[in-house]
Amino acid sequence: MSFLDILVIIIPATLYTAAPLIFTALGGVLSERSGVVNIGLEGLMLFGAFAGVVTTLTLQDSVGAAAPWIAIVVAAIASGIFSLVHAVASITFRADQTVSGVAINMLAAGLTLFLIRRIYNKGQTDFVDYRINKQDVPFLSDIPVIGDIFFSRIPYTSYIAIFVAIIVWYIVFKTPFGLRLRSVGEHPMAADTMGINVNRMRYIGVVLSGVFAGIGGSVYALSISGNFTGHTIAGQGFLALAAMIFGKWHPIGAMGAALFFGFATSLSITGAQIPLLQNIPSVFLIIAPYVLTILALTGFVGRADAPKASGIPYVKGQR
Amino acid sequence: MQKLLKNDKLFNIVVPIFSAILGMLVGAFIMLIGGYDPAKGFSALFQGMFGSPKNIGEMIRAASPLILAGLAVGFAFKTGLFNIGVEGQLLVGWLASVYVGYALNLPAVIHIPVAILAAAIAGGLWGMIPGFLKAKFKVHEVIVTIMLNYVALYTTADIIKRYLYAGNEKSYKIQESASLSSGFLSNLTDGSRLHWGILAAVLMAVIMWFLLEKTTTGYELKAVGFNRHASQYAGMNVSKNIVFSMTISGAFAGIAGAMEGLGTFQNMTVLSAFTGTGFDGIAVALLGANNPFGIIIAGVLFGGLNTAAPQMNFNANVPSELVEIIIALIIFFVASSYLIRLLLTRFSKEGK
Repeated sequence: MSFLDILVIIIPATLYTAAPLIFTALGGVLSERSGVVNIGLEGLMLFGAFAGVVTTLTLQDSVGAAAPWIAIVVAAIASGIFSLVHAVASITFRADQTVSGVAINMLAAGLTLFLIRRIYNKGQTDFVDYRINKQDVPFLSDIPVIGDIFFSRIPYTSYIAIFVAIIVWYIVFKTPFGLRLRSVGEHPMAADTMGINVNRMRYIGVVLSGVFAGIGGSVYALSISGNFTGHTIAGQGFLALAAMIFGKWHPIGAMGAALFFGFATSLSITGAQIPLLQNIPSVFLIIAPYVLTILALTGFVGRADAPKASGIPYVKGQR
Repeated sequence: MQKLLKNDKLFNIVVPIFSAILGMLVGAFIMLIGGYDPAKGFSALFQGMFGSPKNIGEMIRAASPLILAGLAVGFAFKTGLFNIGVEGQLLVGWLASVYVGYALNLPAVIHIPVAILAAAIAGGLWGMIPGFLKAKFKVHEVIVTIMLNYVALYTTADIIKRYLYAGNEKSYKIQESASLSSGFLSNLTDGSRLHWGILAAVLMAVIMWFLLEKTTTGYELKAVGFNRHASQYAGMNVSKNIVFSMTISGAFAGIAGAMEGLGTFQNMTVLSAFTGTGFDGIAVALLGANNPFGIIIAGVLFGGLNTAAPQMNFNANVPSELVEIIIALIIFFVASSYLIRLLLTRFSKEGK
């Protein structure tokens, strides 16, 4: 097996598994940059997966293949609204943000299954008829070598994810809005003095994280799993959280980390086809992202520091 | 009312009670919207908790790991640390207890304590890692414990598959001599799976109370929790206390795992997802206001809710996930104690 053959297997698989992680990690970046820790990404993703699958199942008979794409938009809105629970608790009511995030995860797990049983009278949904399919990009996939590696058998959502990461980077680091978002996460009192509404910026940050996690969850459900069960999202949200940290709270970094974690995850599946990796127990590949994140935090793989004010509720007039 | 708001100790008791009631109320509201009968739902839930000796037995059985998980979270909270890693520490402890219970041949009097101790050590070591990283590198324990949860989940599954696999996604059974199960307790409760573990859970609660309230070590741990810098200035070794707190917390969680391994299941399953006990432990600790005896009450309540959920589904047709929703809501309300303070202030003003 030549090196090129290996790339043809690995790179499309990486892009395929990384897309939901990229979206969700970007959501994490936006929330934490505004100063709100979001452990609830997992739950927000689950809610997005739920909304995405239910919408697709409802619409697929009338609109056909467009259904999953509409469903992603619906999931983004639904998870955005759902994330308001976290926002209200942790910003307005000054709840411990980690505790609130844990509660979001539990609430999402309970609520989605409760609704699935209410709607379908069973513990899981049917498989959707129309998925977001892996496809070849017209023209580009005909380019020799590169076409096979980067533009064949990959769902469009993967390209969109990378594109969105660049947009988020631009917004966070090159626009006045991004400057305000970062300032309330680093030094809310200074930001307040400059006339920025700290709580409003934080609300925007959290809701955007809900929107992105919703997209991530629905992309996962509609491109990878195909239906919704209680276990559709099993750790992807936390993996995205890890990607955000490994990417040092930077949109492009988070995207890179998500791609790398996607690569590690896909290796644990496709590794059996690749000569060198056949002998490595797959458990090492599966736990690699988590171990690497811990190492990154300790400074062995480049120091990662969180936004200074993340995790601390802002109370006007309090030093 | 005014008095209540000024009295912090009383307020700390009012918040959990208020939250539990609010959680149930919102749960009832959700049942109404879903087209179920809340009265029927709650009476079925109550039946499932107290309706028969067997139900009560199952409630107490389910409470033992929850109490221990709650103690784990609560102990770390006291030192100002948030241990989300109870889930992982529990899995590691579960595996250790099952391994010792299976591999060694000892009389029961020694075998059971040794197996529980093994679980405590395994959980303690797993909890020590985030404690050490926090003390030495100032890494936030929340993230490390989350990551270690997944490492524990996948590693324990892999170890069982490799070394302890008895087929059908399960490990070998433990020896009779390591088992906590009891024919006496089971007969007493009409054949529930109630085992002696509850005694271990209560004993640990007493140990936690003693350690925190009656020893210098406990005083230091709490001081570090109140104000890290002041404790440092007073000459306490903050790093040492952080590591110690996480280790003990992990040990409690490990023993919670032993409850499952030596008591309820007598083996360990190759898990592909978390048990949820560790996360419920956060709810238990919050509702119990981090007080060992409050945690026992909260643990029994959540144990009952969990074991009664199927009955609610059976009798009133309400999906059992409602219980999870209620638990999540209670966490929100306890965490948002500012909201409750606000509400109470408003009420007391109107009363005048």
